[in-house]
Amino acid sequence: MFQVADPIIRLMGLDKAFGSQAVLKGVNLDIERGKITTIIGGSGSGKSVLVKHIIGLLKPDAGQILYEGTDMVSLRPRALSEIRRNFGMLFQHSALFDSMDVEQNIAFPLEEHTKKSRREILSIVKEKLSLLELEGIERKTPSELSGGMRKRVALARAIVLNPQVIIYDEPTTGLDPIMTYNVDQMIKGAQEKLKVTSIVISHDMASTFRISDYIAMLYEGRIIEFGPPDAILSSNKEEVQRFLAASSLPPRAIVASGGEV
Amino acid sequence: MLRAVINFLDELGRIVLMFFQVLYWSFRPPFRFGLFMRSMEFVGVGSLFIIILTGSFTGAVMALQGIYAFGILEMEAMVGGSVALALARELSPVLAALMVTGRVGSSMATEIGTMRVTEQIDAMETLAVNPIQYLIVPRVWATTIMLPALCVIFTFVGMVGCYLVAVVWFQVDYGLFMAYIKSFMGSEDIINGVIKASVFGTGLSVIGCYKGYTADGGARGVGAATTTAVVLASVMIFVLDYLLTAMMF
Ligand SMILES: Nc1ncnc2c1ncn2[C@@H]1O[C@H](COP(=O)(O)OP(=O)(O)OP(=O)(O)O)[C@@H](O)[C@H]1O
Ligand SMILES: [Mg+2]
Repeated sequence: MFQVADPIIRLMGLDKAFGSQAVLKGVNLDIERGKITTIIGGSGSGKSVLVKHIIGLLKPDAGQILYEGTDMVSLRPRALSEIRRNFGMLFQHSALFDSMDVEQNIAFPLEEHTKKSRREILSIVKEKLSLLELEGIERKTPSELSGGMRKRVALARAIVLNPQVIIYDEPTTGLDPIMTYNVDQMIKGAQEKLKVTSIVISHDMASTFRISDYIAMLYEGRIIEFGPPDAILSSNKEEVQRFLAASSLPPRAIVASGGEV
Repeated sequence: MLRAVINFLDELGRIVLMFFQVLYWSFRPPFRFGLFMRSMEFVGVGSLFIIILTGSFTGAVMALQGIYAFGILEMEAMVGGSVALALARELSPVLAALMVTGRVGSSMATEIGTMRVTEQIDAMETLAVNPIQYLIVPRVWATTIMLPALCVIFTFVGMVGCYLVAVVWFQVDYGLFMAYIKSFMGSEDIINGVIKASVFGTGLSVIGCYKGYTADGGARGVGAATTTAVVLASVMIFVLDYLLTAMMF
């Protein structure tokens, strides 16, 4: 399978079972520094479980997770917490703090980890909100927002500290096409301008092929295909082809048009 | 049967472990004074009304029972002293702790449990904030400090209830009523009651937070966590009450 030149994260032989249900069965995956890697795969195939291992929320039954060469699995909580400052994660179901309003949610990482003044923090929050077209909702609580708005607030919270690695678990699910395009541009922009390493989970094949540098397909607990979008399109694996054929937009056409829909 | 015992001991061990984790994270910066004050307000001010209500009725009913009992001996005036003693040593810490379990312990389990099943605790961890330090430490300290205060208030309003029944209603002599209180009660009775209350406060809040923190399985899981938290904390109060009483008196 495809080898990346400069991996920032390496997953080696990850096994994870919940009770008798084996979800990951020897996952090997390298994440290239400063690039966008998208993980695709069927619903329930274990994509969310996989990325939760990367950020240390779940411990594998076996295998290693190397971040810049250090094994995250055996780290003590405090050291893990140090490393996590380099990470941002957007949860599939947003996971906003529901006892806080939008402004407090986005300000939370800044208040915890920076010495910025209240004024600076508020102006950063405002800037992030306007970037995501969410002006004027500072005082609303998460329960007063639509699903798509929640997702964007969670996105703002995940990126507000400018982490080196951002994990997006379905960043565009539930967003309208224009907003999807904007979020795609944001992910792409962060990678191009700030050299952010991005790990994206997506069911949206159009945007996957638009933004990804690498695509990995998770199937039955293993990464069965990995490489640049072209390599995925021309994969000879039946499961990959079946997955692509079922997606609504024919991927070849998108790549051929240079990524513009 | 054996399985159940082992599971119970396992759970108990985990709760004790949680207690030590709370201690560990209590003395490490950052100190979350704002969250602590908010918890104090929730536990203390929030429980004030229910404590005053239950306290005054407890004192009043104890007085009523006492009047009949002491009436047989024509010693009605002793009722104040005996009620004061019972309240300070036993009833105030236990009943106040039970009321706070119902109100505060359950809400801690629900709140933290909801955060757990909606991945808010995971999110907090990914933001490199320790959830035990952020969520649990302030709640445990607030309950540990506030429950003794509520216990003293419980005793005080209980005595007001007792006074109303005995002196105002049953015309017990006020001077004798007070004299017996003073001769029966020592400061160590109050102090011991207060110590009990703070131990109960630590216990019930650690249990409530622990059950929430380890909840899983959606709304039903949170409900189950809340129920077991209340049951476990109530049992803990009675067991510890026995042990502490055996040690102190
Ligand atoms: N905490 C858990 N306890 C038990 N089983 C779990 C847990 N988390 C996930 N699973 C199981 O692991 C499997 C993979 O779940 P996961 O959430 O990773 O799927 P996914 O690939 O992200 O799916 P989707 O695309 O629908 O989000 C599922 O079968 C799920 O039931
Ligand atoms: Mg998922």
